[in-house]
This record gives sequence, C-alpha cells and structure tokens, in this order.
Amino acid sequence: MTIPIDKNNKGQNVIYDVKNLDLWYGNDQALKNLDFAIGENEVTAIIGPSGCGKSTFIKTLNRMIEMIPNVRTSGEILYRGTNIFDKSVRVEELRTKVGMVFQKPNPFPKSIYENVVYGPKIHGIRNKKQLMEIVETSLKSAALWDEVKDRLHDNAYGLSGGQQQRLCIARCLAIQPDVLLMDEPTSALDPIATHRIEELIEELKKNYTIVIVTHSMHQAGRISDKTAFFLSGEIIEFGKTTVIFSNPKDQRTEDYITGRFG
Amino acid sequence: MDKTVRVKDIIKKNINSNKNRQIEKIMPTLFFLAATISILTTIGIVSTLVVDAYKFFRQVPIKEVFSTKLAPLGSNPSFGILPLINGTVITSIIAMGVAIPIGLTAAIYLSEYASENCRKALKPIMELLAGIPTIVYGFFAYSFVTPLLMTIIPDLGAKNALSPGIVMGIMIIPLVASLSEDAMNSVPNAMREGALALGSTKLEVTIKVVVPAAISGIIASFVLGISRAIGETMIVVIASGSSKNFTFDVTKSIQTMTAYIVEFTSGDAGSGTLGYYSLYAVGLILFVFTLLMNLLARYISRRYREEY
Amino acid sequence: MNFKAEVLEKKIINKPKYPRKSEAIYNTEAGRIQKRIILDKAAKILFLLSTLFALLVLAILIFRIGHQSVGWLSLKFLKGNLSIFPEKAGIYGVIIGSIRLMAVVAPVTIILGVATAIYLEEYASKGKLQAFINTNISNLAGVPSVIFGLLGLTVFGRLLNLGSSILAGGLTMSLLVLPIVVVASQEAIRAVPGFLRDASYAMGASKWATIRTVVLPVALPGILTGSILALSRAIGETAPLVVLGIPTLILKIPTSIMDDFTALPIQIYYWTLDTVLTAEYANLAAATIIVLLVMLFLMNSTAIFIRNKFQKRY
Repeated sequence: MTIPIDKNNKGQNVIYDVKNLDLWYGNDQALKNLDFAIGENEVTAIIGPSGCGKSTFIKTLNRMIEMIPNVRTSGEILYRGTNIFDKSVRVEELRTKVGMVFQKPNPFPKSIYENVVYGPKIHGIRNKKQLMEIVETSLKSAALWDEVKDRLHDNAYGLSGGQQQRLCIARCLAIQPDVLLMDEPTSALDPIATHRIEELIEELKKNYTIVIVTHSMHQAGRISDKTAFFLSGEIIEFGKTTVIFSNPKDQRTEDYITGRFG
Repeated sequence: MDKTVRVKDIIKKNINSNKNRQIEKIMPTLFFLAATISILTTIGIVSTLVVDAYKFFRQVPIKEVFSTKLAPLGSNPSFGILPLINGTVITSIIAMGVAIPIGLTAAIYLSEYASENCRKALKPIMELLAGIPTIVYGFFAYSFVTPLLMTIIPDLGAKNALSPGIVMGIMIIPLVASLSEDAMNSVPNAMREGALALGSTKLEVTIKVVVPAAISGIIASFVLGISRAIGETMIVVIASGSSKNFTFDVTKSIQTMTAYIVEFTSGDAGSGTLGYYSLYAVGLILFVFTLLMNLLARYISRRYREEY
Repeated sequence: MNFKAEVLEKKIINKPKYPRKSEAIYNTEAGRIQKRIILDKAAKILFLLSTLFALLVLAILIFRIGHQSVGWLSLKFLKGNLSIFPEKAGIYGVIIGSIRLMAVVAPVTIILGVATAIYLEEYASKGKLQAFINTNISNLAGVPSVIFGLLGLTVFGRLLNLGSSILAGGLTMSLLVLPIVVVASQEAIRAVPGFLRDASYAMGASKWATIRTVVLPVALPGILTGSILALSRAIGETAPLVVLGIPTLILKIPTSIMDDFTALPIQIYYWTLDTVLTAEYANLAAATIIVLLVMLFLMNSTAIFIRNKFQKRY
C-alpha cells in the first residue's frame, strides 16, 4: 500500500526534511519511519490520538527529546539542508533558531520584562536600550504589549493563563527564531484565551514557520495550511489541510476526523 | 528589519564563542571537585583515627585495652577502655529510657490524636527543643537537674550519670518523636478506617494497626537516637565528670568515650605520648559505633519498609 | 519535604470523625465497651502529657536560665571584655569571636555545599558514584561532632599548623555542617520544576546558563533556609572547638582569621566548669546562654521568614 502523502511538499521551500526517522524510548518504538517535509512560512498541524507520537515528534525537531533518558533515534531530520543529529550541530544553536511553546504556560518566576529578555541576555545581549527594544517588539508581536506595558516589572505569575502563554510566545520571539514549535499550546486555556492564541498564530505565520501539535481537529482545521495525521508512531496521511479534512484518502484518517475514535 | 538582523547576529556570534564553550566544560569539573570534599572528609576522618589508633594498639596489649583499669596519667599508665564503654552505655540507656517512651507517645499523640491546629502549635516547640545547643543542655543538667534530683536522691554526686542521661534523653525526644511521627503518618488512612469500621477505639487502632505498620520507621528512629546518645559530648562532659571508675552506680561520676576525648585534648597530653594516641583509639571506637548505628537505622528503614 | 508535609496535611484533614456513641448499639457487652472507651480517653491524656512534657522542659529551661541571668545580662556585659572577676566580665570579644567564626563557616559551607548539590543533582550521572557520594554525605551527617574536632585538631590544627585560630575552627565547623547545606540544597534543586528547565533549554540556553539563571534563583530560598539552619547548628557547637584547644581566657579581641579566639559556647563551657571555683560564673554562663539563644532565635526566624516569603509562586 502506498502512503497517500504529499511527501516532498511540492511547491514550497522546505525548512525541515524528515527522512526515515525512527525513535525509541528504551525498547519501545515511538516513531516509525517518518518521511515527510515541512514547508517554510506555513502552519503545519500535527494531529492524532493520545500516544500517537505527535508530541514526541515535535520535541525531536529541536532535540528537546534528548532530555528524556534512553532515547535513541535513527534516520535524519534536515533543517535547511543540515542534519540536526550531525555531530557538528550544536543543539544550543539549533534551539535559538527553533523556538518552542509548551503545553502548559511555563514563564519563569520573574518579572514580565525578565522573562522576555531571558533569551537575549543568556546569549550575551547586555545593552539596556537594545533589551527594551526587544521587549517592546516581542510583546507587540505576541499581542501582549498593550495589556502589560504598564507593569513590565510585575511577576509573570500574576498574568492570566492565556496572557502567560502569549508571554511564553513573546519570550521565544525575543531571540528571533525561524521556526516556532507549539506543543498543544491551548490545551490548558479557556476558549477565549484559545481564540486569541489562534488569532496570534494567524498573524505570526506571515513571518515564521509554525509547527503545532493539537488534539483539537477544529483547531487544526482553522489555523493550519498542512496537516499530518499520526497514528501509533506512524504518519498516516499528510497534505493540505483542506484536502485532509474534506477528502481524506485513508480510512483511518476519516475515522479519526469524523470522531469515530481518539 | 535592521534590528532583526542585529539580534540574530549577536546571538550567532556569542553562541559559538570559545569563552562560553570553555566555561561550559570547566563548570562540571569545579562542581565535581567540591563534591569530592565530602569524600576527602571521610577519608580524613578515617585515616586520622586509624593512623594514630594503630600506634596506640601497637603499644598497648589487647588484654589491657579490654580491662577495667583506666589510668592514663598515672606513673604506671593503664588504658582499659571498659570504663568508658560502660559510661557511654549507661548514659545512653538512661537517655533512651527517657526518649523512647516520651518520644513515641508524643509521636502517637501528634500523628493520631492531635487536631490540625494542635499539631501546628506543638511541632515548632519540638523543633525549638531540637535546635537548642547541647552546651545549654549540659548547663541545665549540671545546674538544675542534678540539684533537683539531689532532693530525691540525697546520695547523688554533684557529677553523676543519672542527670546527664536524663537530659540527653530530653534532647533526643524531638528526634524520636519527629521520625516516628513521619513513619506513622505514612501509614495509609485506609488501614485505620478498616479497623475503626470494626468498632475499634483509636487506642486499639494505634496499637494494633498503626504502630505495627510503622514499626520499621519507629525502630530506625530509636537506633538513630542511640547513635546520637553515644556521640553526645557536652552534656556528659559537664554533668557526669571524669571519674574513670568502672561502676554501674548511676549516682556516681562516670566518663564516656566522648568526654574522655574532650578531657584529653583540652588537657596537656602532648603529641606523641601514649595518652595522646589513646584519644584516637577511643575516637575510632566511637566512630565505628555510631557508623554502625547509622547504617543499621538505614538498613532497618529500607529493608522493612512496608509497601502499601 | 514540603510535598510530603502537604500530603500529610491532606491526610489529617480527610481523617473522618467517628461517632463513638453508635459503637455501643452494635455491641451487647456494654460494660466492656465502656471500659475500652475509658482506656482510650486515658491513653489520649497520657499521650498529650508526653507531648506537653517537651513544652514543660522548654519552659523550665528558658525560665530557669533567664532567671539566673537576671542582673547579669546588661549592656555592660555585652560590651565589656572578659575578666576573671565575675562583676567585671563582659563578652564583647566572645560575640565577635562567634561572628568571625560564622564569617568563615558561612562562605565555605555555602559555596562547597551548593556546588556539591549542583554536581549531584545536575551533572552526576545516576550511577554508583552519585549513590556513593550521597551515602557518604548522610554518613558524615551522623558522625559525632567530637570526631570532627579530632579531624580539625589533626589536619587543620597540627598538619596545616593553623593552631586554634578562627580559620582552623571555622574550617572544622564547616566540614561538620556541610552535609546539612548539601542535603537542603539538593532538595531545593530537586524541587525546581522540570518545565522551567525545559523553557530555558528550549531557548538554546546551555546547562550552566540554565543552572545559573533558572535553577539556582528558584532554589535560592530553600538553599538559604538550609544554610541558616546549618549556621545555627555551627554557632552552638562546642565539642569540636574544645577539642581544637580553644584557650580559656582570651582578653584580646580577634582581628584576623589567624588569631586565637573564643566563642559563645566555649565561654559557656568554661564558666560552667569553673562554677566550682566561683559560684557567680553560673550567672555569667546563664547570661551568655541567653545571648546565644537570642542569636539562634533571630537566625531561625530569618529562616522561617525566608521560607514563608518566597513560597512557590508557580
């Protein structure tokens, strides 16, 4: 059976080219022979039931998965043509280009200002004026500036959940990455906060490549250009979101989308 | 867009700087060196004790060591260690005679009977009691408890084994109480409820269910208490004096191993004399005793930890 | 530790109250039940008395020592110099000695203790070496302080020829309380949530940058609390200093860490021993104890204040 996926992501500049990627936790294989490409300046949604490997996959894209002991990978992920698993690639450098937003908002227990300048500061930017510029630009890009501009030095944990998540996005934007990885960024938020994040994603996709894991098919449908459907560590179907949702080629994709399982 | 380029470039330049990479490599080594200090301390203690204790045991026949005659400063010195071991054991027994019943019952009260507010009020008092320096207890034993006991036991010496023993027990109460309470608190409520549902009183539940279930933790707390009693110094130095007689009479002055060490170092035993080496021999025995107790306590609480 | 306390608190709250009256309905042997209930009540009172005994001892101890120090604890006593005449004696130099001693102990233990904890929690692979160092540290915590005195006497006092200086005393004391700082720091570092580390690593921060900018700041209150507790142990410890051979009567106020010194617990010890010669020394000892207890109280209050003030915000 041929897998009905638009493997080479025709017509797009490829930013991530995943080639025969396998991943094991100890002896359990979590990702099986993934092979597809993610295009530049697109929103790629990854959907699938719990435990399908979608979270594992997105954490592999910035090698955060290596924080978990006993993880092994084989295959390649080419980021702009360079294999990210190559020995010459420094993981710190990769992560400055690939930002990540987590499931639960995780600001540092510091001020809003300190949260945004965290990245620039650890990477050696000390100039106060420059830092303030970065704070303003990043918070504006994350649609948070107007809400917090008068209390930049308040603790970030005084913000609402949705604001915290936008702060985390601003924190990523501060070091100007090319790619934003979002691991179920709205799963801990209420519908209104979710809506604001989705609007923000619409806005951000003009300048960034976004890969988003979501458990909500509606969200995938609303915001993504491409969708990948994962099941048991395999990629079942990948293609234009409109196509996947209106005319899935695989029975399992259809079953999932129509809510027959998952 | 200018700014965009700038931030990216700065980051790119800095992240590959040699200085940062070197710091990253050096730090773990520095931390490792700090961690070795604790190992070096152990090595230091053991080698200090063993080297000079060896000099002692080489010169003093083993038969003399295990005799009851201790007269290190006499013209014909004798180094029997039994009076010191006897002193340590007697004061420790008295201490545990106080600490075990009171510590355990206090733990039972705090864990099984006390209300939340009561616990919150009483626990800091236990902590305060545990934080008082032993020199203060020593002063208390000598200047208050001994005179108090004299009103009951007229024959009691100004220096005796009883008073420091009791005060040492008081000092150990918080240790026994808090560790036993921890052990009893980790007994799941379902076990209590099972017994209570059958109509048992709280006392019956405590004695027949909670204490047996928490017994390993409780015994470990006793053993740690004993270890503290053996190693305790200032209380006995001050209140039990320095008589080197081998006696079971708790109203008389006795000397513990710890008190012997203090007496000899603050005295004039010059380096290189047999008396000086005897310090390290006693220190070594004391070290081995307390180490065994600590290991035993850990073994008990690990080996017999109930899986709920 | 905190987590455990929370769980315990929950347990207590959930502990249901059982109506005792209903028991009788199901048991025909009413007399026997009555007896059991009385026994239960008697036991409860007994257990309460046990607990209150601790309170009673504390009260007597403080009252008695406070009483003995009345009339002796004065500004003159705090600002004066040591003297063999009880009426003239003051403990200014002794207080300075204790503070100088802490000035050695604090940096040494905090730097070594935190560094050790960082190594064990962040860098050491979860293997035999880590387990070995951990076991070693908990064993050291159980070694009697008088043994540390022998170590200090032999290594610092004689081998390194530091005699009975503040430096020798401070280093000995540092080794003694090091396990307290290590264990407290380890717990504090372990309690830093993984999601904060993840956030830092995901920004491309290196391990050391993450430790420096995220882990340590978040763990700081726990580290400080542990360090203060360690210092309050050190300030009251007597045996190691006696073994080091701190001289009886120092009239000079120490100015450098190489100077001989005396400290509060030492002075209490000598005055207590010499009450046989001069009865008023007991009052001096009592007054010095009050000074020591006040210092301890201040240190512990600071620790509690820090613990409460910097309660987790996330």
